[in-house]
Amino acid sequence: MIDKRIASMREAIAGIKSGDAVMIGGFGSSGIPFELIEALRLHGADNLTVISNNAGSHEIGIATLLRDRLVSKVVCSYPRSQGSIWFERMFEEGAIELELMPQGTFAERMRAAGGGLGGFFTPTGYGTKLAEGKETREIDGVGYVLERPLKAEFALIKAHKGDKWGNLAYNTAGRNFNPVMAMAAETTVAEVEHIVELGELDPESVATPGIFVDRVVAQEGLV
Amino acid sequence: MERRTPEQMAERLAQDIPDGSYVNLGIGMPVMVANFVPEGREVIYHSENGILGVGPTPEPGTEDPDLINAAKQHVTLIKGGCYFDTADSFAMMRGGHLDIAVLGGFQVSADGNLANWATDNEKYPPAVGGAMDLSVGAKTVYVLMRHTTKDGAAKILDACTYPLTGTHVVSRVYTDLAVIEITPEGPRVIELFGDNSFEDVQAVTGTRLLPQA
Repeated sequence: MIDKRIASMREAIAGIKSGDAVMIGGFGSSGIPFELIEALRLHGADNLTVISNNAGSHEIGIATLLRDRLVSKVVCSYPRSQGSIWFERMFEEGAIELELMPQGTFAERMRAAGGGLGGFFTPTGYGTKLAEGKETREIDGVGYVLERPLKAEFALIKAHKGDKWGNLAYNTAGRNFNPVMAMAAETTVAEVEHIVELGELDPESVATPGIFVDRVVAQEGLV
Repeated sequence: MERRTPEQMAERLAQDIPDGSYVNLGIGMPVMVANFVPEGREVIYHSENGILGVGPTPEPGTEDPDLINAAKQHVTLIKGGCYFDTADSFAMMRGGHLDIAVLGGFQVSADGNLANWATDNEKYPPAVGGAMDLSVGAKTVYVLMRHTTKDGAAKILDACTYPLTGTHVVSRVYTDLAVIEITPEGPRVIELFGDNSFEDVQAVTGTRLLPQA
């Protein structure tokens, strides 16, 4: 029997250890697993590497992990946004490491990890500071940069609906990085607004097949 | 010299967006271009977070919390629009499927290099987002920027001094003074606004311009 449903946010993030790399889905305020992030904040693990497109803003989501000094490294494409005070403060203090890369490279590195590739050559970043130290190659007259897969121990993602096999459907643009992160992590935990019965999701609407998902937890309305 | 307002700059650029284009508008001044595309042209706007067919700002109270654009503002989806994940969204860029990207710029070089993601201030955290992918991937890159900095320094130069976003990627620069096309011979003025003379514009440009053909 396959039943990936977990009863609480607290149990859903069990097993995350200090020093782990954790992917967190979302873009801006869209498609973010706010309740899982809150559970992670209260969980006790620190020295985390957070892999997420943005580095949080104001006093919610990823920003609270930074504020509570649980994060030692951020891997992202765009750490600076309106209200990203905690990231900026820690960056200025030298209290946080930043690994920055172009957004498409960021997504594709996770897809490569999830798809079992050893890397890929991208034209993005060729000839720029972000390609320094990386292997490059000219293919058919175009310059490319070798990018390696990006993996993590955990992915915390957010979907609209999920079933007990882990199939997920998203709401509008809330999809963003969630599907590639689901593929790339050893353990993927999905926060969903609704858990539905098997067969209720239109198979054509399943954007993340359950094989990529290990745990599904319904929002508790806590955040 | 006659300096156009940001709205007028966006309006000028919008005239060059053809019917049937797939277009990505960068954060800041470029997003204003959508307001000025002439009636009757069907243009599909792409947003890097996974939308084709970005529509106008929603009525207050009808916002979908997940439906935002790259600038993280609430938007709507037009009829026929669709959603996809970020990896597919950037495949659309790198794969050359997007017709036009309109980007802001700090500096553009005579040979079409673009610098628009970082300055030389090391204390300020860098952020690149989708700028590099867009500059490399879109079939045509239009840069919409003021001709000079607030302090009057030239932004169109022999070579960029800020970190590059992409090399040999810019097709045209639309400034508040003129429209400049990057050609194999060098940057050529193709339009001067108002009474601006070629000499006026050359005087605030950090590289040799070619006059209108």
